[in-house]
Formats: sequence, structure tokens, C-alpha cells
Amino acid sequence: MINIILTKHFLRITGYTFLLAISFASISTHFAYAQDDIPTDDEVNEVAKGLYCPVCENTPLDVCPTEACKQWRNVIRTQLAEGKTEEEIKQYFVDYYGDRVLAEPPRTGLNWLIYVLPPALILLGAVWLFKNFQAWTKPKVVESVSIQERSDDSSTDKYISQLEEELKKRN
Amino acid sequence: MIVEFGYGVLVLSFLVTVYSGVAAVYGVRKKSASWVESARRAQLLTFPLISISSLVLIYLLVNNHFEVSFAYEVTSLSMPAYLKITAWWGGQAGSMLFWSWLLSMFTSLVTLRKWDRDIEFLPWVILVSAVTLTFFLGMIVFFENPFSRFWLVNGNVVESMFQPVAATIFRPEDGRGLNPLLRHPGMVIHPPMLYLGFVSYVIPYAFAMAALITGRTDDRWIRITRRWSLWAWLFLSFGLVLGGRWAYDVLGWGGYWGWDPVEIAAFMPWLTGTAFLHSVMIQEKRGMLKQWNMVLIILTYSLVIFGTFLTRSGVLSSVHSFANSPIGPFFMGFVTLTLVVSVWLVIKRWNELRSETEMKSMLSREALFLLNNLLFISILVVCFWGVIYPLISELVSGQKVTVGPPYYERATGPLFAGLLFLMAIAPFSAWGHSTLQTLGRAVWKSILASLVLTFILFFTYTQNLYALIGFFLVALALFATTHEFYRGALARQKTQNENFFTALSNLMMRNRRRYGGYIIHISMALMAIGILGIELFQKETQGTVAQGESLIVGEYRVEYRELASWGVQSDGVNYTRAVLDIYENGIYLGQLYPRIDYFYDAEQTMTIPGQRSTFRDDLYILLVDWQPVSNSGATFKIYVNPLVNWMWIGSLVFLVGIIFAAWPDKDPEAVSARVKKSVSQTSAAD
Repeated sequence: MINIILTKHFLRITGYTFLLAISFASISTHFAYAQDDIPTDDEVNEVAKGLYCPVCENTPLDVCPTEACKQWRNVIRTQLAEGKTEEEIKQYFVDYYGDRVLAEPPRTGLNWLIYVLPPALILLGAVWLFKNFQAWTKPKVVESVSIQERSDDSSTDKYISQLEEELKKRN
Repeated sequence: MIVEFGYGVLVLSFLVTVYSGVAAVYGVRKKSASWVESARRAQLLTFPLISISSLVLIYLLVNNHFEVSFAYEVTSLSMPAYLKITAWWGGQAGSMLFWSWLLSMFTSLVTLRKWDRDIEFLPWVILVSAVTLTFFLGMIVFFENPFSRFWLVNGNVVESMFQPVAATIFRPEDGRGLNPLLRHPGMVIHPPMLYLGFVSYVIPYAFAMAALITGRTDDRWIRITRRWSLWAWLFLSFGLVLGGRWAYDVLGWGGYWGWDPVEIAAFMPWLTGTAFLHSVMIQEKRGMLKQWNMVLIILTYSLVIFGTFLTRSGVLSSVHSFANSPIGPFFMGFVTLTLVVSVWLVIKRWNELRSETEMKSMLSREALFLLNNLLFISILVVCFWGVIYPLISELVSGQKVTVGPPYYERATGPLFAGLLFLMAIAPFSAWGHSTLQTLGRAVWKSILASLVLTFILFFTYTQNLYALIGFFLVALALFATTHEFYRGALARQKTQNENFFTALSNLMMRNRRRYGGYIIHISMALMAIGILGIELFQKETQGTVAQGESLIVGEYRVEYRELASWGVQSDGVNYTRAVLDIYENGIYLGQLYPRIDYFYDAEQTMTIPGQRSTFRDDLYILLVDWQPVSNSGATFKIYVNPLVNWMWIGSLVFLVGIIFAAWPDKDPEAVSARVKKSVSQTSAAD
């Protein structure tokens, strides 16, 4: 129980710190916001779509209903009004909260593993399978030619009777 | 008293399960049938015992025993009784008890079967099930006890099963209530479906292990568990679809699948399970891939435990919370241990598991099935690595990262396309051998029809290349599969002198697995239409409007009429509902009512979309925000999700297909036994 209470306290404190940090960020850019055209929700969401806040894991910022995420969207709106690009805004959040705010890890250092390893493994699997196919089918070359010859002159009717035979076997 | 009773029965079931495993092994070592029989009976006893314990828990949940911490966490006074029952699987401790209950039920069903021909499997099947059940019951009894209570000691509330010294029971006035997101009907059945799927896979795995241990490595274990695998796959698949539907209706982000690690945790065993479903056919028909089938069922079992572990251990939020979680390390240990032992058994029997025949042609059915397996496993690799990598990154560099939908969509898109293509052509290739020519001859009409359709779509619907490729593949799969039905029925019509529809129905009824499989292929193609629609053509807009003003997206105009909010209802929810008039190209279509529900007990909101569904598209509207004082302005997010309905239509067709394939035939063994009996009776009469 004490653990639960402590965890809740910790979460609450983290949440408040987080909100505080965001509020500071929004105040600093508040005046520019008022002077320029206010960006539309769609423009804000276009940027927010590629961002994830550290509290609401795995929920993209554009659809996250929490207060903290509303604040984040306001920060985006302010920065858009200031004329910042999508990349600059994303970088701003990365600088504050780390790479985890991005929908994908940036392509640097260790992160290359996420992009390289699966294709490499899949390729390896495909090559292995292909090699095995070759090994399996190799001694049977003569036979498969004869099969091809046989199947060349087979008519549709013959196929149907083959199918029927197959079906009969199963019945 | 009742709490102690529930816990006592739980402890007893744990001990009985341990006994059944030990007795099974002892019986084999001593070659004593009576010990094995004792193990079997002990195993059968676990089901009523866990049922009693579960009933006690349900009693506590329904009767507001908030002194029990689990009841406090998942129920509240305002919850209806049926939700209090389903709260059984609404929290960690309860859901693990539910898992165990299902496993004990399934194992009991298996041990009740006729074992005459496979008696050597029996002790090992009991052992594997007992080990799995012991693990789960152990976790519940020692770490995640659903009967644990609150006690007041010197003014502090502590949680404990038994009364601490000088403590009095502490009973909160009301519980926190089930997470509102879990109070949706879809969520009421979604977890049991997934769990049914998860747990059913333990049975084929247990038989596979029994086959490995006893050295009876023919396809007997596959034949015995064929139906189990099918039902397991049904439940798992349907659980996934229900989860998607629930997300679409409740989570309020306009989609049904977010590549969330929890979703992927359930999707991974489905991938290996689907590969397994296909590759066992190669073993049955051709005596090949025995080693591979063992690997697949071991992977599926490990992923089932791993999936439960992922969602239960806290590892997804952080490796640190994993380390602090009492059950996380045990789960990890159990997955590793079972995986190592299983792989060791496969290696030990490696030579006995060699293929009886060889692959003759790269276009034969078995070769294409192997390619299908490669694609499924490739998707698994992408998913597994995507889920694991953030943990590795945090451990190695201390940097937390998010692996989100763009990664998965990019990586799995071509693999799914490959699967669609194989689904279209593989049914036309023959077991043993096929050539490009025979395959081409069978499939060219479908290719032509699909090309024509794609051209029509190009001029009338979309010029998006990915969409066109996708639609071509979907059309190919649909045409080819339908053609396969037609071809089979035509052949039967000719030879059996039946009319076409009788021929078709007889053909299907006599080859249920094959044609059930084709129905499932059709359903997958239909679902793919929905996926293509929402992934490639989704439109959205968001805006704040005053009453009487409109938002426009695509051909739809949405006019904001009014908003109403009403206070505490008897069910403890505050509703805020907007009324919107919907127009399409100026024509009035009706009203939609997106709303936000606020749950007092859980202090949580839920965004319920207003939806209008047609075969062409879904209009999906969310109430994002509103001005409470004047009611004059409200913010809405509007999605147009083209073709998404085909996802749900496909899932219904899927259900039909799999039930058709898995429906029990007359048991061939029972039939042959009856025949023998009647023969002997006749001869006796003679």
C-alpha cells in the first residue's frame, strides 16, 4: 500500500513538474502567438501526429486527451505562429525531453540496430531458404523436366480429373 | 472467513497441481500406471478447486468487499453486477487467476479424452500442463494474491493476506472501480477471447513436448491437437479483432490498431500460430518440416507466456519498473527456462525429425507454404524487435525511445503484400510439384480480372501506386479463391452428376478444412480492403465551431447544433453530448452524437465517437473540447475512414470460415470403433 502511495506521489510530482516546464515554454512564446495568425488545429495536429509525450505512452500527441498533451499542442501552435518549421519544433521537444518524443528513434548510433537488424535477418532467412530450395530440388532436375513435359500436354480436362481424383482420395 | 476459504482452496489447487506433475514423472520412472492415473485424477481435481476459488473471488467482487484490495481496485458501488463479474479479469491478480482457471479446464478436457492409442503421451502432457499451471498459480499464491486485504495498524493502512499483530480490518467506503475503458461490451469479451486463444496453445505445445520426450515423432501429436490449434487460432484471431473494434469505438483516435506493444504482444503468437497452421499441413501431407513445426509450436507457446509477461510485468513502461515488479523476473525466468528445455529436446531428436520426402519443386504447394512461413516469421522479427528495442536502448544507452506506427507500417507493408500474393496463388499449386506453366494456366484468368479491376480503379477511384498494388493483390486473392471454389464444384458436377450448387455444397462439406481455409482467405482479403482504405485514404480535420457553424471534410459537412451535459447518474457517470447535423453534398443524412463520459469513481474520461458507417466510408466524429459556460463553442475532430467497414465484414466472414473448418467431424476413431463393434456383433449373431 505504502508503495502504491509513494508511486502515486512520484507520478503526481513528475506530472506537475512536466506541466510546469510546459507552461514556462508556452509563456516565453506567448506574445508572438498573439500577434500572428493563429495556426489551425489541422496544422497543429500535422506536427503533433509525429510526437509522443513521455507520460501517455504510445498515444500520439494529436489524439491524446490529457491536459498535459493539450499544453503540448499549444506549444506547437505558438511555435508554428512564430514561423518555426515542423523539424524545428520536433527538435525543440527532443532537446527538452529526449528522443522518446519521436515516433521513431532517430537514425544515429545504436538506433541503427532497429533499422538494420530486421531486414538483415529477413534477408538471411530468405537466402537460407533459397539455398535449401536449390539443395532440395537439385538432384531431381531430370525428374522435374519430365514432370514439366508431362504437364505440358495435359489439358484442362486432365487437370479436372486429377483434382477429382485428389478429392476422391480425401473423401 | 470466506476470504481465507478462497485463498485456502487456491493454495490447495497449487499443491494438487504440483503433485500431479510429480506423480506423472514418478509414474513414468517407476513404469507405474497407477501413479500416472493418480496424476491424471489430481489434474482433474484442479479445475473444480480453481473454480471454487474463482467463485469466491466473484462473490467478493459482486458484494462490494472493498476490504479486499483487488475488489477495491476493480469494482465500485456504482458498477452494475455484470461488470463486477467481468472485473474478475479486469486487474492483474484476477486475470492471472482467470488464465489458470482456463488452463485447468482445458487440461481437464484433454485428460478426459480416450488415451488408448497414445497412452505414452499422457504423463508428459500432464507434466507440461502442470508445470505451466504451477507457475501461474505460484505467481498468484505468492505474489499477486487477489484475496489480499487492507488492515489498519497504528493508523496506517497496510495490505496483507493475514491479520498483522494488533490490526483491524480496513474497509474503504467505495472502490476505485474498473478502468472506464474496460467497461465497454467489446472489452468485456476481448480479454477472455485472447486468453482462450493463449491458453489453448498450451495443449498442442504439451503434446509436442510429449512427442519429443517419448520419441514418437510422427505426426500423431499434430493429428490429436489439430482441432485445438484451430480453436486456439479462432479465439486468438477473434480476440484481436474484438480488441480492434473496442479501440475504434472507445479509445477515440480514429483507428483500430496503433501498433502498441500490448497489441503486438497478442499479435506475435498469432503470427507463429498462423504459420504453424499452414506448415503442419506439409507434415501431414508430405512428412516434411517436422523440425520446423516443433520450432513453431515452441515459439508460439513462448510468445504466449511472453505476451502475458509483457502486459503484466510493467516492463513496457520501463525496465526499472520491471525490476521492481514482483512477478516480472519470474516470468522472464520461466519463459527462458521453458524455451531452453524445449529447444534442447528438439536438438536431441533432431535426426529423428528429418523429413521423409524431399522438396521437388520451388513452386510446389509445400514450397509456397514455406515461403508463407518465411513471411510470417519476418513480420514476427519486425514486431519482436520493435517491442524489445526500446528496452535494449534504455539498458545500453539509458535513452528511452519510442518505436511507433511508421516503423511497423513501413517494415510490414511489403510482407503483408507478399502474403496476399501467396494467398492468391498457393491454392493452385499442387503438392509435390508444380511448374510456372501449370500455375500460370490455373491463375491467369484471375490475374487478368484483377488487372482489369485495377485499371477501373485507376480511372475512377485512386492513382496512388501503393493503393493500386494493394487493390490488385486483394482482387487477385478474391478472384483466385472464388475461382478455386468454382473449379472444384465444376469438377464434382461433371463426375458426380450433381447440379452445381449441390456439387459445391458436397465439395465443401467433404473438405471442410480446405474450404474453411479458403473462406478465411476471402475474409483476410476483405479485411485488407479495410486496412488499405483507412491507411491510405483517411481524411481528418479538427476545428472549433460556434452553434450553427459547420466543419467540412471531404464531401461531408458537419453542423454543430447543441451540447448538453448532465450530472451524476445512478451509474456514476457524467455525460457531455453534442448534437451534430450531417450533410453529404448538401443532402441531409441525419444526426450524430459524439460524447465525453466522465467517471466519478475512477476520475477518468472516455471519448465516445459519433459514427456513421457505410460500405464506402465511416464518418467518425470526436468531441474534443467545449466551452462549459456559454455552450457556444465546441471543438470537434472529424475523420472520414474509407472502406473501414470491410474490416468488420471480413472478420464476420472469418468467423464463419473458421467455425466451418473447425467444427467437429464425426470422430474417425469412434466411427471405426463403432464399425468394428457392429461387425463383431454381426459375426457373433452369425
